[in-house]
Amino acid sequence: MKILVCMSVVPDTTTKITFTDNNTKFNSQGVQFIINPYDELSLTKALELTEKNGGTVTVANVGLADADAVIRKALAIGANDAIRINANPEDGQFVAEQLAQIIKDGGYDMVLTGRESIDYNGGQMCGLLGAILDWPSVNVCAKMDIVDGKAHFERDIDGGRETIISALPVVASAQKDLCEPRIPNMKGIMAARTKPLSVVEPKASEGYNTYSAFENPVAKQAVKLFDAQNAGQLIDALKNEVKVI
Amino acid sequence: MTGIYAENSEGIFKKAVLEAASYASIVNNGPVTAICVGQPNAGEADKLARYGVNKLIVIEGLSAFDAQTYSRNIADVIKNNSLQTIVMANTYSGKALGPRIAVLTDASLVTNVVDFPDASNGFKVKRGVFSGKGFAYVTMQRAGKIIALTPNSTELKENNVSIATETYAATGAGSLTNITNTSKTVGKIPLTEAEIVVSAGRGMKGPENWAMVEELAQILGAATACSKPVSDMGWRPHSEHVGQTGITIKPNLYIAIGISGAIQHLAGVSSSKVIVAINKDPEAPFFKAADYGIVGDAFEILPQLIAAAKAAKN
Repeated sequence: MKILVCMSVVPDTTTKITFTDNNTKFNSQGVQFIINPYDELSLTKALELTEKNGGTVTVANVGLADADAVIRKALAIGANDAIRINANPEDGQFVAEQLAQIIKDGGYDMVLTGRESIDYNGGQMCGLLGAILDWPSVNVCAKMDIVDGKAHFERDIDGGRETIISALPVVASAQKDLCEPRIPNMKGIMAARTKPLSVVEPKASEGYNTYSAFENPVAKQAVKLFDAQNAGQLIDALKNEVKVI
Repeated sequence: MTGIYAENSEGIFKKAVLEAASYASIVNNGPVTAICVGQPNAGEADKLARYGVNKLIVIEGLSAFDAQTYSRNIADVIKNNSLQTIVMANTYSGKALGPRIAVLTDASLVTNVVDFPDASNGFKVKRGVFSGKGFAYVTMQRAGKIIALTPNSTELKENNVSIATETYAATGAGSLTNITNTSKTVGKIPLTEAEIVVSAGRGMKGPENWAMVEELAQILGAATACSKPVSDMGWRPHSEHVGQTGITIKPNLYIAIGISGAIQHLAGVSSSKVIVAINKDPEAPFFKAADYGIVGDAFEILPQLIAAAKAAKN
C-alpha cells in the first residue's frame, strides 16, 4: 500500500513565541524547527503499517528550501521519499490545495496528517483534504490499523472514543497515543542523504485568509499568595473575589 | 444570511452551540438559521431562539456520524438557503465537519476563533495560534465564511426571537465509514467543555493519590486534567493531558496542583480566566502565570481545599 504523510515544520515546543516587523511576522530568529509532533506520530504509524502490510511511505511538505533539513529527518526516521511543494505555507486552505494536487495522481491508499500543527493549530488538514479529494476523513485517531483492505480507527470524540471502519482510500489525522515516535539511527541518517526529495512548484491559488497581525497573551499581574496553613482562604477568594466557583 | 451548525449531542444543544448562535446573531445583526442533524429533544429549539435563531433546519435520514455524508448535506442546506457566514463550535466533530463544509461551499475557514469579528475594514477575526502562546488577526477573503469558535471564548447575549422548525431529507451517496463501537465517559465532565478544571502533576507522587484531586473536582463540578509527564507515565489517560501537545483549554478556573509550569504546559492553559498554582517549590514557573498561589505540600493543602470547597458549596 502507498501512504502519504503530510508534514508541517514547526518551532520546537520549548520556543518562546515572539513577533517581529511591527507584530506582523513570527520571529524565527534563533528558533529550532522540528517535525510537527502529531505529524511525527503519523509518520511512525505509516511506517508500522507498511512494515506489516508492505508498501511505501512518502512525506509531503509545503514549504521553502529551509524546510529541507527537517524533511531529511523524516527520511532518516524511515520514509522512502519526500516531496516538497515550494511555497510559503501561509494558510491551511492554501496548503490543502497544494497537497491535494500531488495526492490526486499519486495512487495513495491512505493520507495521514497530524491532529493539528502546534504552530497555527488549524486542525483542518484532514477534513480539507477529504473534501477536496472526496474521500472519507476520520480525525483525531488514537489507533489505526489496516485489516482486510479496510482501515480501522479509534478516534476521540467529545467525551469519549469511537471505533470506525473506513473504506480506502481515506484521510486520517493522528492524535497522541497513536504510537511512540521513532528516533532516527545512524544507518537511517546516512540513508536519508540519498533518498529522493523532489521539489515541485505550487499551483496558483486565489487565497482564502490573510494574516495581518499577531500578539502575545496579556501578561498576568503578580500572583496573590495564600498561606499553606490557611489554604481554605483560597476557596473564599475564588468564590467571593473573582466569583468563579 | 447567517447560519450556525448546531451540533446535536444526543438531542441536546450544548453551551458551545448557544455561543455560536449568539455570535451569529451579533455578526448578522438579525435573525439566524440553524442547521442540525437529527431531531433534537423537545424544548431544545427554544434554547436556540433565546439567542437569536429564528429558523431551525433539521436534516433527517443520516444515521451514525460520518464527516463526508454529514458535510455534503449540511453544505447543500447552506447553499439552498443562501447562507454566507456559518458559525460553529470548534469541537472534535466541528473540526471534522468545518473544513469539509468550507471546501464544499468555497468558503474561507478560520478555526480557534476567540473573539467577535471586526467588520470595519473587511472581515477580521482573532484566533489562537502557537498553542496558546499567541493570537493572530486574520482577514477572511471569501464571500462565504466558516467561523469555528473555541468554546467558552465569547459571551452569551440573549436576543429572544420565535423559531420555526423545518426538516430536510438527506440525499446523496451513503457513508463509506461505519462506527462499530462508541464509549462515552459517563458521569464526568468533558475537559473541553468544563468551566472549572482541577489538574495535577508529578507532585502527586503516584496515580494512587488522585482520589483527593478527583474529590476536589467533584465538589467544584470540575473536570480533571494532568500534565504531560503524568500521562506519559500512564498515571492518567492521555485524554486528560493539557498542554502544547495535549489539549488546549480555556476554563473560567484552572487549578494546577504539583505542576511546575513548563512552557509547553502553560501554552495549553494560559487562556484560562483565573489560574491557581499549588506547588511546594516557590520558584516554580507556574507562579508567574498564576493569579493565585499557595506554596506548600499538596498533601497538606488538598484536604483543606476539599473541606473549604464543601463548606462554600453548602
